[in-house]
Amino acid sequence: MHKYILKRLLMLIPVILGVTFIVFFILNLSPGDPAAMILGEQATAEALEMKREELGLNDPLLVRYFNYMKDLLRGDMGVSYRNSISVWDQVIDRFPNTVVLAIAGILVALLIGIPLGILSAKKQNTVIDNISMVLSLIGVSMPNFWFGLLVVMLFALKLGWLPSQGMGEGFVPLLQSLVLPALTLGTGSAGTIARMTRSSMLEVIRQDYISTARSKGVDERTVTYQHMLRNALIPIITAVGLQFGTLLGGAMLTETVFSWPGLGRLMVENIKSKDIPMVLGCVVFLATMFTIVNLVVDIIYAFVDPRIKSLYKKGR
Amino acid sequence: MKAEKTGKQQRSLWQEAWRRFKKNKSAMIGLAFFAALIVIAIATLVIDFATGNEFYQNYVINQDLTSRLKGPSMEHIFGQDEFGRDMLLRMIWAVRYSLFMGSMSIIISLIVGGILGAVSGYYGKAVDGVIMRCMDILLAIPSMLLATAIVAALGTSLVNVLIAIAISYVPTFARTVRASVLTVKDQEFIDAARAIGCHDGEIIFKYIIPNAMAPIIVQATVGLAGAILSIAGLSFLGLGIQPPTPEWGAMLSNARTYIRDAWHVTVIPGLGIMLTILALNLMGDGLRDALDPRLKD
Repeated sequence: MHKYILKRLLMLIPVILGVTFIVFFILNLSPGDPAAMILGEQATAEALEMKREELGLNDPLLVRYFNYMKDLLRGDMGVSYRNSISVWDQVIDRFPNTVVLAIAGILVALLIGIPLGILSAKKQNTVIDNISMVLSLIGVSMPNFWFGLLVVMLFALKLGWLPSQGMGEGFVPLLQSLVLPALTLGTGSAGTIARMTRSSMLEVIRQDYISTARSKGVDERTVTYQHMLRNALIPIITAVGLQFGTLLGGAMLTETVFSWPGLGRLMVENIKSKDIPMVLGCVVFLATMFTIVNLVVDIIYAFVDPRIKSLYKKGR
Repeated sequence: MKAEKTGKQQRSLWQEAWRRFKKNKSAMIGLAFFAALIVIAIATLVIDFATGNEFYQNYVINQDLTSRLKGPSMEHIFGQDEFGRDMLLRMIWAVRYSLFMGSMSIIISLIVGGILGAVSGYYGKAVDGVIMRCMDILLAIPSMLLATAIVAALGTSLVNVLIAIAISYVPTFARTVRASVLTVKDQEFIDAARAIGCHDGEIIFKYIIPNAMAPIIVQATVGLAGAILSIAGLSFLGLGIQPPTPEWGAMLSNARTYIRDAWHVTVIPGLGIMLTILALNLMGDGLRDALDPRLKD
């Protein structure tokens, strides 16, 4: 087991290096002179040249990437072009807000998606199955930023139950302000997870061991959760892991709709002002987070699927 | 017709798949809706061309500030937007942006991803290793995030958005094509093709790809849904298609300001996006069932 986890952890390094390189490369294609952005339009040619030298912009791309990574390891992502604030500080400041939102979103997705999928599979081809599958397809097809606007219109503006903007201070206000964004973020993923759960459950529902369990007199609840769901879990976990990436990407949209002070919104704001170090910091952080989530998913596989565990147990 | 009833005559794989697809009602509804969208998109292009943009100038982007944000009425069944423009016409004129940009980006990523995947699957070994590791790395960046980063670097224009979406879908297609190539590559007819002296390119494009088409078609349909959604999302963030161009995501972005005053400017563009994506997803599900030989009756 430890060997498996260690192996997966080591594989993380090239992926993170690759991700940061791609993002670094893409964002350096950006036209425009950072030195001119920092110093303003009145700056002299010599001052611009000095600033470029200072920022290391005259070095070749690979050297700059190497320096960026060296700084990154020390928790230094450079400074914002606009106001010279440390990128790392801002990213770290916003990061927990995105995590809170993403976790709440995935919770919504799981709490709606898995029960809906199980229900659908157990009542296959009935009205209940059809309704819940239509609902989940609608969930998958809805642009989440639009759904966000709709829930704001209904629950915040019309009914006045919940706040529509920002993040509350303190536990109860935080929860209140979290409900609508989490619902918005989670609904689409709930649809995907429900569909995945249904098809995965249907694969196991007619297996012999299910009949065996029933004929042993195991009650239906235990059959459903212990025998069916456990065996259907692997594809569901994969779907959840992938959905987490969609959530992180979609967080930009949801955070914009709800003015949620997260990384996604920070990124969108800075794209508009062309503050490349800030955008770079946000993307690198979000992508790294997604990679780590995928790693965790892979490790969970090993716990759920004894076949993977046994592969590493025999001292191989 | 007769052959279909008796079922005795040999049908090709594609005829067989189409027969199964036709039986699937929701998939056919999706197809009908999508076909209608294509007709609408072409019709608006024809109208613009025939009237030399006059219709577009006079009706689609014609402002009527006296009736801003007016709800649906007999004259304007979808209501009017923040400049008093007719929402129905704007919705109709927006179709072509979503469809054209979505399909173009999927076609580009299909070609690039397809070639990478085919080369990777066919040659295997080191080539496969290098290409697929690169794809893994690209896949490690959520596609919406990657697209946003690319637009951030290149700037917002139709072409850049198209490139951004296309790049973010390349790894998915590369994986799909590679997997299909791997299942086909070792079959006897490939050896036969090699025996009669076909070179690698011919084998890949004439024999392997056509036989590996099924999952690629399904992936392209689902991918198109995702691409249209991403374009709308980027436009909503103000990074995609810019107002006053009628585009669903950009319309929603404007509507946000008036969310307290008028429901229809928010609800209607979103419905347009949702129904389009729904139609494509229904088609995708239908295609998957129709093309999956395991479910063959």
